[in-house]
Amino acid sequence: MSASVEVSGVTVHHGEVLALDRVDLTLHAGRVTGLIGMNGSGKSTLVKTITGLLRPDSGSVMVDGGSPARARSRGLIGYVPQSEDVDRNFPLSVRDVVMTGRYGHMGPTRRARPADRAAVDHALERTELTELVNRPIGQLSGGQRKRAFVARGIAQEATILLLDEPFAGVDKRSEATITRLLRQLAADGATVLVCTHDLHALPSLADDAALLMRRVLVRGEPAEVLRPENLALAFGLDSWQEQDR
Amino acid sequence: MNLLELLTEPLSYEFMLRALATTAIASVVCGVLSCWLVLIGWSLMGDAVSHSVLPGIVIAHILGLPLAIGAAVFGFLAVGLIGLVRSTSRVKEDAAIGTVFTTLFALGLVLVSVTPSQTDLNHVLFGNLLGVSRSDLVGVLVLGVAVLAVLVLKRRDLTLYAFDPGHAHTIGLSPAFLGGLLLGLLALTAVVALQAVGVVLVVAMLVIPGATAYLLTDRFSSMLVIAPALALLCGVLGVYGSYYLDTSTGPMVVLAQGALFALVYLFSPRRGLIGTRLSARRRRRRLAARPA
Repeated sequence: MSASVEVSGVTVHHGEVLALDRVDLTLHAGRVTGLIGMNGSGKSTLVKTITGLLRPDSGSVMVDGGSPARARSRGLIGYVPQSEDVDRNFPLSVRDVVMTGRYGHMGPTRRARPADRAAVDHALERTELTELVNRPIGQLSGGQRKRAFVARGIAQEATILLLDEPFAGVDKRSEATITRLLRQLAADGATVLVCTHDLHALPSLADDAALLMRRVLVRGEPAEVLRPENLALAFGLDSWQEQDR
Repeated sequence: MNLLELLTEPLSYEFMLRALATTAIASVVCGVLSCWLVLIGWSLMGDAVSHSVLPGIVIAHILGLPLAIGAAVFGFLAVGLIGLVRSTSRVKEDAAIGTVFTTLFALGLVLVSVTPSQTDLNHVLFGNLLGVSRSDLVGVLVLGVAVLAVLVLKRRDLTLYAFDPGHAHTIGLSPAFLGGLLLGLLALTAVVALQAVGVVLVVAMLVIPGATAYLLTDRFSSMLVIAPALALLCGVLGVYGSYYLDTSTGPMVVLAQGALFALVYLFSPRRGLIGTRLSARRRRRRLAARPA
């Protein structure tokens, strides 16, 4: 099984604060990995380190056998941002947003060619957004908006999809739709990383899981990682029961 | 006097023609740029850069260089200093902006006060539309067309930068480059606009058209047409208004923009204050009338 993302011994500081401490994480093509941790555990920092937005103080990140910069210039990485990082009132339609996934395939003025339009239409179909194509993103539900960003990654033909809290503020039905979609993408060979603190979504979604609290506490199958004694390490005691309620 | 005469009479003066042409160019360039500034939240940055270019313009004037070069240098200097103060001290961004640009502006004012000059540098502060020379107009035209061309050609990248710089980075674009490009264009646009309304009011032209268009549409591509069109309309209204009311020209242009914003704010069909209140009331009535 080939590793498409290999994070080894990565340490990152935000100023004086230690954000990631010697993190090792391997993501495989065709598998969905769930990265679990509290707010502030370093999930977003790890994603930003994989895309190369943050440079590790020590350790290395390899994406598809090369540097993150090489992976970026080849358009391999698709990124689905957290809801609070998106300006919902930005006057763009679903098509506009998905089309930005094609920019790496286009010339310097980013004029869309028929192949780009076809890729966007295909991505909209897979994410069941075809009927909402002209809708401003501000008029979408939280789940629809998440799907629009996944569609952008599909249109981009990214082989590695990084999703930061895709289930935050998303209703149950959209959560199921997104889960099914991510499973399909992985079955087609994509590498999928989902950062989440939604523990219930995990067993049906992920093949692998890692528990992060500045460092990787536990790695393995979701059922194993989600054992109460492990969660206690990452979230404090009783977190599983609290989510159950 | 009939309407046609009202419109044509000012055009018989060459200085009015030059004033109209300068206003038109400045309005369109500022109108287009304002769309991004409003959406990124860079209004204060627009204010900062447009004030900070003043010492650059005075120094370029003393050295006999093109004013645009001095303006661009000081525009970038201001942005660099603001970034430096914010990232290396505990001072927040708005305070960093307020500290840097007022200091540079004051430096510009001091330089103006000690520089002997044939052209009154005070015109840089408040604009001097009626005194625009032929060579000024050529400068505005060249700079305006250049800025507009870059904005139009790179509009999709700039919009992506404004909307989601993280994605721009992930697909191999450089958000730092795009942000720097936008700031550089902002500095050059300030040079164009200050010919019309002066340094003090440039920020109005850099913010109001975009803010007005934002209340009228949910499509960014439409904003890029509506904002310069409205700015152009206000520019012409302002120049004519100042001719017939015998008032200063630059401020009349800005007043026209402010008045139009107020009208749109109140009456815009979907985003206006009155429209949204009415539809909320209709919705409440409909719900109340529905049988339980």
